[in-house]
Amino acid sequence: MKQYLLKFTRQKIFWPLTALALFLVLNLFIDPGFFEIEIKNNHLFGSLIDILNRSIPLVIISIGMTLVIAKEGIDISVGSVLAISGATAAAIMEHQNIWLALIVALIVGIVCGFWNGLLVSVFEIQPMVATLILLVVGRGIAQLITGGQILTMDNEIYSFIGTGFLFGFPFPIYIGIFVFLMMIFLKKRTAMGLFLESIGNNMTASKFAGIQPKKIILLVYTICGLCAAIAGIIVSANVSSADANNAGLWIELDAILAVVIGGTSMRGGRYFLGGTVVGALFIQTLSTTIYSIGINPQIVMVVKALVVILVCLMQSESFRRSFANMGKKKVSYT
Amino acid sequence: MKMVDIIWKGNHVFILATTVLIILLYGYGSFTFTGFFSAQVFLNLFIDNAYLIIVATGMAFVIITGGIDLSVGAFVALISMISATLLEMGFNAYLVIVLTLLIGVLFGGFQGYLISQFDLHPWIVTLAGMFLARGTSFLINTESIVITNETYSYLSSAKVPIIGGGYVSIGAIIALLLVIIAIFIAKYTKFGRNVYAVGGNVSSARLMGLPVKRTTILVYMFSGFCSALGGFVFTIYMLSGYGLHLLGMEMDAIAACVIGGILLTGGFGYLIGPMLGVLSMGVIQTIIMFQGTLSSWWTKIAVGFLLFIFIVLQRLVVINRRRKEMEFSKELNVKPETETFTRKQLDT
Repeated sequence: MKQYLLKFTRQKIFWPLTALALFLVLNLFIDPGFFEIEIKNNHLFGSLIDILNRSIPLVIISIGMTLVIAKEGIDISVGSVLAISGATAAAIMEHQNIWLALIVALIVGIVCGFWNGLLVSVFEIQPMVATLILLVVGRGIAQLITGGQILTMDNEIYSFIGTGFLFGFPFPIYIGIFVFLMMIFLKKRTAMGLFLESIGNNMTASKFAGIQPKKIILLVYTICGLCAAIAGIIVSANVSSADANNAGLWIELDAILAVVIGGTSMRGGRYFLGGTVVGALFIQTLSTTIYSIGINPQIVMVVKALVVILVCLMQSESFRRSFANMGKKKVSYT
Repeated sequence: MKMVDIIWKGNHVFILATTVLIILLYGYGSFTFTGFFSAQVFLNLFIDNAYLIIVATGMAFVIITGGIDLSVGAFVALISMISATLLEMGFNAYLVIVLTLLIGVLFGGFQGYLISQFDLHPWIVTLAGMFLARGTSFLINTESIVITNETYSYLSSAKVPIIGGGYVSIGAIIALLLVIIAIFIAKYTKFGRNVYAVGGNVSSARLMGLPVKRTTILVYMFSGFCSALGGFVFTIYMLSGYGLHLLGMEMDAIAACVIGGILLTGGFGYLIGPMLGVLSMGVIQTIIMFQGTLSSWWTKIAVGFLLFIFIVLQRLVVINRRRKEMEFSKELNVKPETETFTRKQLDT
């Protein structure tokens, strides 16, 4: 038993899970009814469901980001892609069929991701710089699509994606679970997962081993773009409007944060999809907690900053080593 | 000598391309719109973008070491907030200026310490710094504060006449001075040489016995100082403190560096570059303003397009240089270095 426990604490997912659990318990102290879930007209309501529901866009984007970071890349354009896909869906829906709008919005995400992948893999531009282009241009394009206004839409099917309920649970949760399972399938049951890890670990070695990094990189960025587009549809459906300026603002930073908290290293290599999901849930719980305590919501940013630094310090080898050395010195002197 | 030659040529390409770009854009503007070709329109580029020139110059040092500083935009906003609040409380204006500059140095130094001491990724640390700065300015006040201090108002409205009938603001002069100082530091001081060495290859810089950690900390300190100075210039330009000032400005600063020929892989770049980058972005903005019918988001699209062109240009230069290096090492009959050591490998 003790062995298993020790093994569990060594796992990467242990720290994020502990932090998440800690925050949930903290919430219980603040609000005794935090864990209550009630059923109203066959729908489940409660803080937990709410956190889950609200975190879905971030979860989906973070999953895409995990793959990109696993190959030692980064995609800072996801927020802009999110805005573009939402704007596209809204603009097409004004005159056309909703299904067409959904498909085109997804295709736009794929094209954006493909563009990023092309720059990174074929032109071999640094990932951060390559995606910087779309980050700058993306919001401009989204503005162009919406004509500078906030487009509103009233389509029952579309708003169902963002606010509907299925078997008692909010619909976005199903989308999130679906995306997560698909990625797990890609990672565990196809060669892509293995190839991706090997590229992230050592590009040269995997090239010699016969893997074609360019194709994998292209695929990974395309998946990341697709994830951003899915999140864009959910976000715009949730509020029934497409806001080119503010939709998904800074979500790229939250996503990177979620990935790092989840235990995936920024230097590539092994990646942890489960950890990422926990990280995203943790960020959402943090925000919800701060809102429910009732202090200034702007403090969320300060807390986030401190949490990031703390988590990164704990992951840093040299920080842990310096701590270990401190203990040793004390022992030797006394 | 050959290596130096190649490096020089690489740098000249960017400076030349950016200068030609500015001249072309300005020429286009002058031919198309009446009143565009005047000394004041040109000087206004400096006045309106003084803070960006300062911040981009600080950022350039960080990028040359191979790092990045994402906290600059948020930090400028924080400085505007702190100055406005302190002035409202009745502090002396000059004391406020010194204090804010000090905060900038400390803040930057702390970021540099975290990055160099614990080997954290600069992205993450400065991202956290950005959140911290924005959050703190909102904690101080969520509203916009107007500055009514006499000294600040005087500095804001002061016009320095220039030969030829135009004038520039105090901020523009500070920006130009800073650029000159930065060029001097990069070219003629030990610190400047260290910056290039660390950016070129961390491992070899360490093996040469250069103070890598100290250089990293100093670079982030300088960037923090520049953000604070930029914050001061921005504050006297806007005469208000607000936590939402300059959202996403860090990306503008990075873009200016890229357009100005600072290689994002680190180790290369000429310190006049960021200023030229800012100016070319400013000219685009002015053209769109003169044009009148185009909306402001076209600026973003144009800047993004420029970014793309210059990044591809950088890429070509790097590929070209690598090929020449290979030839060079073949001549010397040594094996070319195919894989540089990463920090990870060096640690183990």
